[in-house]
Amino acid sequence: MQPDMSVEIAGLNLRNPVMTASGTFGYGEEFSRYVDLEAIGAFVTKGLSLKPRAGNPTPRIVETPGGMLNAIGLQNVGVEAFIQKKVPFLRTVNTPAIANFFGSTPDEYAELAGRLDAIPEVAALEVNISCPNVKQGGIVFGTDPGCAASVVTACRAATTKPLIVKLSPNVTDIVEMAQACEEAGADALSVINTLTGMAIDLERRRPVLANVTGGLSGPAIKPVALRMVWQVARAVTVPVIGIGGIMSATDALEFLLAGATAVQVGTASFVNPGAAQEIAEGMQQWLAEHGVATVRSLIGALEG
Amino acid sequence: MQFKAMILDNAEVSPGYWRMRMTAPPEILEAQPGQFVMVRVNPSIDPLIRRPFGVFDVGLHQPAYTGAAPQPYLEILYRVVGKGTAMLSALHGTDLLDIIAPLGSGFDCGPAGEEKLIVGGGVGLAPLYLLARELVKDSPVRLFAGGRSKDDVLCITEFERLGVECYTATEDGSLGEQGFVTKVLEQRLDTTGNKGRIFACGPHGMLQAVAGIAAGRHIPCQVSLEGYMACGVGACLGCVCQGANHSSETPDYRCVCSEGPVFDVTELKWEGACHAT
Repeated sequence: MQPDMSVEIAGLNLRNPVMTASGTFGYGEEFSRYVDLEAIGAFVTKGLSLKPRAGNPTPRIVETPGGMLNAIGLQNVGVEAFIQKKVPFLRTVNTPAIANFFGSTPDEYAELAGRLDAIPEVAALEVNISCPNVKQGGIVFGTDPGCAASVVTACRAATTKPLIVKLSPNVTDIVEMAQACEEAGADALSVINTLTGMAIDLERRRPVLANVTGGLSGPAIKPVALRMVWQVARAVTVPVIGIGGIMSATDALEFLLAGATAVQVGTASFVNPGAAQEIAEGMQQWLAEHGVATVRSLIGALEG
Repeated sequence: MQFKAMILDNAEVSPGYWRMRMTAPPEILEAQPGQFVMVRVNPSIDPLIRRPFGVFDVGLHQPAYTGAAPQPYLEILYRVVGKGTAMLSALHGTDLLDIIAPLGSGFDCGPAGEEKLIVGGGVGLAPLYLLARELVKDSPVRLFAGGRSKDDVLCITEFERLGVECYTATEDGSLGEQGFVTKVLEQRLDTTGNKGRIFACGPHGMLQAVAGIAAGRHIPCQVSLEGYMACGVGACLGCVCQGANHSSETPDYRCVCSEGPVFDVTELKWEGACHAT
């Protein structure tokens, strides 16, 4: 018998725990030629804002050892174009789509939450309070527990859909942030967004990125992400979605042991567009080989 | 499509410049001139992200033994500029690569019979050979190849074999005219009274000069851009360049990978910094 891979996040049933991370998978359609979207648990859209956003000047990305820095600056089509141009594709895919979004004030967050709540194809909402690359794009809300709570409260009042809050690792105490969001009504927490970093071009004596700093992702951040998922999962009762440098089924299963109910695959999709699907399949194979009947039995099952 | 390619040949054609031939599925034969491929240099995490390369050539390799089926192949021409390309140059025949191809938009070849002017700077010639092969089928084709020195002017013999008339220029005068290749292009346009259609790929400064020439002489012109990208399919938004109407108030960014890499020069902004060199 095949192991049971299904998990539940705040009433949202997923066929398996593997999602794609916001900003690494476009709006789903971009990767549909390389990955079976119906073989993954869910996918998360590029972060949406009320108005379209052009993003930062280039260079926007640079590779670093075991990872990459990005400072895209939340370029996105805006919620209106999302509804007109991107949602029709979502209707054709039997996999939950989670809309990631951000604003510059709690009111703006709430307005977006309301707009997205009204779209039947959007299965859940992921609030980005943690983008490190724009002045007003979340990070101010992502580093102060009181500000984070105000955003979550505003969004909570505007939607009945599962509300996921994506946390920043660029804080002194992520547990404090997680608890503030849980108390304000978050149904689940995505842990973590990128770590702020920097790359320098020695010969030119300049920062490589036009934005100077960027968000570090990829395998380089996995140990930090695992630690934060473990810390947060022990401190809250809502499900945690583990994110950070997941490249393989082994990586994903480690996040489950640390306490994650599901995972998101990000940078790996750039390296291998089929990564999310291969990871889901690899997890199931591991469970079968180890005689584990259900993936849920691994959540938080770290020993010692 | 994504496929595993086996390297058939990987040779340094000029100091620092390499040409690699690898196996590919038959669909590669439909690649359009100007399209590109994303190469995963090895299965490890160093280097992590794929490297983009223009399609230099595609074709059928005929193994020597009797009754052998022809093997479709893909060729790239690359310059060793960093860790990823250095590792690529160290690979040998029968080594495997993971490839996503073909990606992006190709050149619009224009009407038959019209003079076609191909301008390439250094490794910018990479996506122009397949284009020349296509253009010579119905048009007279001239190539203007430039570089810092003769070592930076690549594969001229291959273009000549197609029947392309080749003009060269080097900054140090070690091959062809001394100076920029755009000077030689302008001489040709003076002779013909600004006839033809331009296709260019190379460093940003050269493309900017070509765009200026095309605009001043009212000649249609397409350029193929390079961009620093992670995905190649329009998702990471890392490789954008500035569209013609870009300003800080009304930003207009285009994805090099999914909206390009080939653009009509009129679609792009040429003053200021379009970082796509």
